[in-house]
Amino acid sequence: MSGLVLAETPFPPSVEDIFPPHLFGVEWLTKFSLFLWLAVALVLIYFLVSYRDPKIVPTKKQWLAESIYGFVREGVAKDVIGHEGLRFAPYLASLFVFILVGNIFSIIPFIQVSPMAHIAFPAGLAICTYVLYLFQGIKKHGFAGYIKHAVYLPAPWYMQFLLIPIEFLQAFILQPVTLALRLFANMFAGHMLLLVFTLGGFALLNAESFFLKPISLVSWAMTIGLTFFELLIAALQAYVFTLLTANYLAGVLADEH
Amino acid sequence: MDHLAAVNGSLSAIGYGLAAIGPGIGVGIIFASYIQSTARQPESAGLTRTYMFLGFAVVEALALLGIAFGFVFK
Repeated sequence: MSGLVLAETPFPPSVEDIFPPHLFGVEWLTKFSLFLWLAVALVLIYFLVSYRDPKIVPTKKQWLAESIYGFVREGVAKDVIGHEGLRFAPYLASLFVFILVGNIFSIIPFIQVSPMAHIAFPAGLAICTYVLYLFQGIKKHGFAGYIKHAVYLPAPWYMQFLLIPIEFLQAFILQPVTLALRLFANMFAGHMLLLVFTLGGFALLNAESFFLKPISLVSWAMTIGLTFFELLIAALQAYVFTLLTANYLAGVLADEH
Repeated sequence: MDHLAAVNGSLSAIGYGLAAIGPGIGVGIIFASYIQSTARQPESAGLTRTYMFLGFAVVEALALLGIAFGFVFK
């Protein structure tokens, strides 16, 4: 019976379980980097192919590509930043599509893990946003002007002792850190959740008591349910990352309060 | 033996459970308020959706800090 072999499933799973071995013995090539490149290739090729021969009456491919771009351009860039935000629409749209594809990898069979479940990749994306909004702020207000814009709020002077450190922490440390951490923790926790219910099913199947064995089916049914929940989370987190990037840009580009 | 009770396993799981109470209530309040405002003024749904997601993301960050710190302060 296969149950005896399955008894060796690592339960409860730990952080190490989501780090796969290096592929083909190459040190930098892991499952994460492979699927990261796959996501980049998918996004690039899809948008290039669907825009190669644009029609006035769009084809299905072109319609999908246009509605994704239009959604980010109208729903995020224009609504959050305003008319000035349209020049950031390409950045926001590529951020959205790339994170969405990366996140959806977490529920595709045989891939099963999102590159975003590795802190390095969300951190890289957050650094892009961080550098972008620092650069835009310094370009608009000047260096000293931007620092003042970021940390100073109109309030009585005795409140400034409290407000300036908080605002400084918020603008220069907490915003980029939480941006990266939110995406990473969501994808990582989602992956762990699926792992717990899948391996928990095996743990129940191998249980001593005969009456515990059928409950493994409930556990696996939960896994299927949670997989659909993961799809929701994947789309939501891609949207939230884009929305917050736009929001930080809007804060930086705002005129003096 | 002067121990009344003892805990086996990871204490950070309990800590995370406690840490998730606040953000759980917060996220609940945010979605409840969005539903309420949409029910009162259905035309405002599109206008307030962005703010709902912003508020949700900011509050959720607290729970996610809990996940990260559970692993960091081992």
